[in-house]
Amino acid sequence: MQHANSNGAAGAAKDGAKDTGAVQEFVTVFVGETMFGLAINRVHDVFIPTGITPVPLAPPEIVGLLNLRGRVVTAICLRRRLGMGAAAQAAAGATGQATGMAIGLEQGGETFGLVVDGVGEVLKLGAETHEAVPINLDARWRDLALGVHRLDGRLLVILDVDGLLAFGSDRASTKAA
Amino acid sequence: MDDLLREFLTESSEHLDTVDTELVRFEQDPNNETILRNIFRLVHTIKGTCGFLGLPRLEALAHAAETLMGRFRDGLPVSGASVSLILATLDRLKAILADLEIAGTEPAGSDSDLIEALEHMASAEAPAAAPLVAPPPPPPLPAIVERELKPGEVSLADLEAAFLAAPGPDEEPEPAPLPAPAHVAQPAPAPAAVAPPPAPAPAPVAKKAEAPAAQAATQPSGQASEGEGPAKVQTIRVNVDTLEHLMTMVSELVLTRNQLLEIARRHEDSSYKVPLQRLSHVTAELQEGVMKTRMQPIGNAWQKLPRVVRDLSAELGKQIELVMVGAETELDRQVLDVIKDPLTHMVRNSADHGLEATSVRVAAGKPARGTIRLSAYHEGGTITIEIADDGKGLDLAAIRRKAVERGLVSQAEVEKMTDAQVAKFIFDAGFSTAAAVTSVSGRGVGMDVVKTNIETIGGVIDINTQAGRGTTFTIKIPLTLAIVAALIVRAGESRFALPQVAVLELVRVDRSAAQKIERINGAPVLRLRERLLPIVTLTGLLGQDGGEAEVQSGFVVVAQVGRQRFGILVDEVFHTEEIVVKPMSTKLRHLSLFAGNTILGDGAVVLIIDPNGVARQVSQSAQAGQIPVEAEAEEAEIGEARTTLLVFKGGNGAFKAVPLSLVTRLEEIDASKVEWLGGRPLIQYRGRLMPLVVADEAIQIRSEGTQALVVFSDGDRAMGLVVDQIVDIVDERLDIEIAAERSDLIGSAVLRGRATDIINIAHFLPLAYDDWARGPRKTAAAKARTLLLVDDSAFFRDMLTPVLKAAGFSVVAASGAEQALAILSGETRIDVVVADLEMPGKGGFDLVAEMRRAGGALASLPVVALAGTVGPEMVERARRLAISDLVAKFDRSGLVAALAEIETPGLAKAA
Repeated sequence: MQHANSNGAAGAAKDGAKDTGAVQEFVTVFVGETMFGLAINRVHDVFIPTGITPVPLAPPEIVGLLNLRGRVVTAICLRRRLGMGAAAQAAAGATGQATGMAIGLEQGGETFGLVVDGVGEVLKLGAETHEAVPINLDARWRDLALGVHRLDGRLLVILDVDGLLAFGSDRASTKAA
Repeated sequence: MDDLLREFLTESSEHLDTVDTELVRFEQDPNNETILRNIFRLVHTIKGTCGFLGLPRLEALAHAAETLMGRFRDGLPVSGASVSLILATLDRLKAILADLEIAGTEPAGSDSDLIEALEHMASAEAPAAAPLVAPPPPPPLPAIVERELKPGEVSLADLEAAFLAAPGPDEEPEPAPLPAPAHVAQPAPAPAAVAPPPAPAPAPVAKKAEAPAAQAATQPSGQASEGEGPAKVQTIRVNVDTLEHLMTMVSELVLTRNQLLEIARRHEDSSYKVPLQRLSHVTAELQEGVMKTRMQPIGNAWQKLPRVVRDLSAELGKQIELVMVGAETELDRQVLDVIKDPLTHMVRNSADHGLEATSVRVAAGKPARGTIRLSAYHEGGTITIEIADDGKGLDLAAIRRKAVERGLVSQAEVEKMTDAQVAKFIFDAGFSTAAAVTSVSGRGVGMDVVKTNIETIGGVIDINTQAGRGTTFTIKIPLTLAIVAALIVRAGESRFALPQVAVLELVRVDRSAAQKIERINGAPVLRLRERLLPIVTLTGLLGQDGGEAEVQSGFVVVAQVGRQRFGILVDEVFHTEEIVVKPMSTKLRHLSLFAGNTILGDGAVVLIIDPNGVARQVSQSAQAGQIPVEAEAEEAEIGEARTTLLVFKGGNGAFKAVPLSLVTRLEEIDASKVEWLGGRPLIQYRGRLMPLVVADEAIQIRSEGTQALVVFSDGDRAMGLVVDQIVDIVDERLDIEIAAERSDLIGSAVLRGRATDIINIAHFLPLAYDDWARGPRKTAAAKARTLLLVDDSAFFRDMLTPVLKAAGFSVVAASGAEQALAILSGETRIDVVVADLEMPGKGGFDLVAEMRRAGGALASLPVVALAGTVGPEMVERARRLAISDLVAKFDRSGLVAALAEIETPGLAKAA
């Protein structure tokens, strides 16, 4: 099931769990150049999304439905969910999100696939690199981020999985307004 | 203890439901000992368990009811009042049980009112039943029971002991089953049972402990003496969630299997074909088995109805008889849950609105007792439920008036509407024509809810009403919600599944062809049989049309939802497939156009279109003035219904047709899959071998490309009819014009202006399976008479109906002996009966025997019996019952010939 696990050891070795205290593992994903982290205990799967059936009239975040080993998975585009790079999106737009990777998440008995541009390593991070979400961040990001980790040369934004999946017809309409 | 209590709760509520029903039967038939004994035993069991679990309130109440019933058993006359009292007691028991279920303990409160009434009735009427008993003892009874002994079980236990010890006058003598107290054992003769009152006074409280033990002892003997009860089936209780989970897993397995088969098709390597075949087989069987566990007889939903009708009958002062046919018809419990309340509501409606007051009925020359008939039967993949009353029929004039008043339609429009269209207004919210609002109905709430409920499970409801003759509601619902037959179509880039229940027919449209789409102010319409059908494009509905709406060619799926009929334009139609319905993601549930999604055999996810959602969209845009909605204008004539026919090309480009209801599936197979075995073509189909038969000798089974097949199946057997091309599905009145001289054809009819041969499936089945029938004989015509066809298999009914119609009969079909008898005793005049001898439950012979016993016209009514095999013993039995002729089941010409020989009722015996 958890393909991501194989990367776990490498990630841990590289980063080193030097400090005691709460060490958490995160699966890193990329949208464009930005790196995000997802709590590993929420990640069930990493897969390449294929054969996505688009759902007409669906909220823009939803790419479509796909069949993952006999289960119907609702594919959500992280880029669109975060309102990132609409221009870049338009360029890649017509072909849809067939390329890239997807992270399998579960909530309330349903399976969702979070479509991202790429998946990186699993990182073990302690509290010492953790920072609160900067207050000047875009409101949508502030709602979805749990915090930021300072890594060598780059930042890792930790995303709230439940927050990511908390949208729907009601939220969609408020956003539109 | 908790488990024990839970078990007790489930069991008791089931028992109480049964008692409800049985009591109503008992009231009508007070001399039926079996029913009484059943009721008695059930209440007794409840009481016994209550004592064991320490539930004094329940026990006391059950006991008091039991005592009164004991009196009935001893010959006390059964009055409506006493049954009402017992029913009231049962309601109280249910209420206590419900509280018990929530709180885990018996609620506080007193039942002395009921207990007193019960005992009063039991003792007050005692002298009438047994005048030998000295009257003095009764007075102290209520006083002692109510005031001194708290719940009253001591005295009652003794009452019961006395009753058990003394067999009733009409019972076989059985040994006294318990070491009864001496004073009870002594007066063994019948009067003893009504003489217990002396007992309570001396009974010490210590006896209380004895009572449950005594009951435990009596129970087995009570059951043993009851020999004719239903045979015990070994069962275990399984949590519904477990079954649901199992079902989900099986659905997954089916999907995986389908995917594997798809992969295997693409690979040449045959090494894993055999195990795969096996897997496929096992999966199919597993699926069937699990489906079966979810099935429940529809009778479970009807259980409360006799009681409801009885109460209504008392409340409204009408005499009402409830006839239930086909209670054993099974359907998915999920579906059952949804239709339970609508059914109850409709029966109440029939009793209140449908049936006239007794005086009115008598004045109209009808039997004083009104009848509500509830019947259920399977028909293809759906179950049909009918609720019919023989009341006054809907007041269509009033509905017309009301519809205009409420601004639903204009006066001009309403005058153009057919009766059937008008009748459907009663499904509009808040619509009621009842002059007076009664406590039962008339508030105009309900029928719209009924309709909504039925539509949520993909069902349809229809009304047929005749002034002065009654109203019939017909509900068609799918057997299960988990798996539905769907048409797979393509619109734009994507495929979609359209549930077949809503699909009436398919029409191919082309710019150059006769069928083309025209536009009125931009709104697309199609001329379909001299009427305009509004068209919506699926891509348009789904917002995929970039404004460019140049419709050129494709297929119009003609769909009907409620009163609306409309066409959905799609680009391509693939095939029908049984799909496993998966619920829509919570994120997408607000999209009313989709009912769910499914995974097809090739692994792709497709969305299931919800016809109701489409209908709403269509009417919304219609209100905006875009599309002229054509409300259905069906023929309201009763009798000749329309028949849906599948039209195909077979042999030299000739058009042929077969009733669609006979068809199980349409398939396009890879021609290379056809195998030849002993000179006969076969294919491997759903894990079995299926023989192929050509629809016409001129057809060559193709050796490459794809081959179109029409699959017929009955039970385990399936046959593939090889045709050149599947053309169309049409819905027309089947007027067979020429009775053909060929055994493979029933006759010809004009469908869509084309002469089309209607093929006779009976000719082809024996070609596939030798033992399915025998050869045909000459056809002979007969005069227009009404024929009652009785056969338990819908397949045979469908098959024979066109044959018999072609022979000039007007056909009424019945699915079993019970239904047949009901029809025979009804108002339709039946001239001749054709009955299958082998039917589950009551067979054909039993049916005929009952007809002969009934006397009157039925005694001499000619009967032609259909038999699988005809032996000398059968012939002899048939002769004794004055059965006119015995015909082998597939011998359609033999049947027609036999019918032709029966000239008039009365001369029948000559044959």
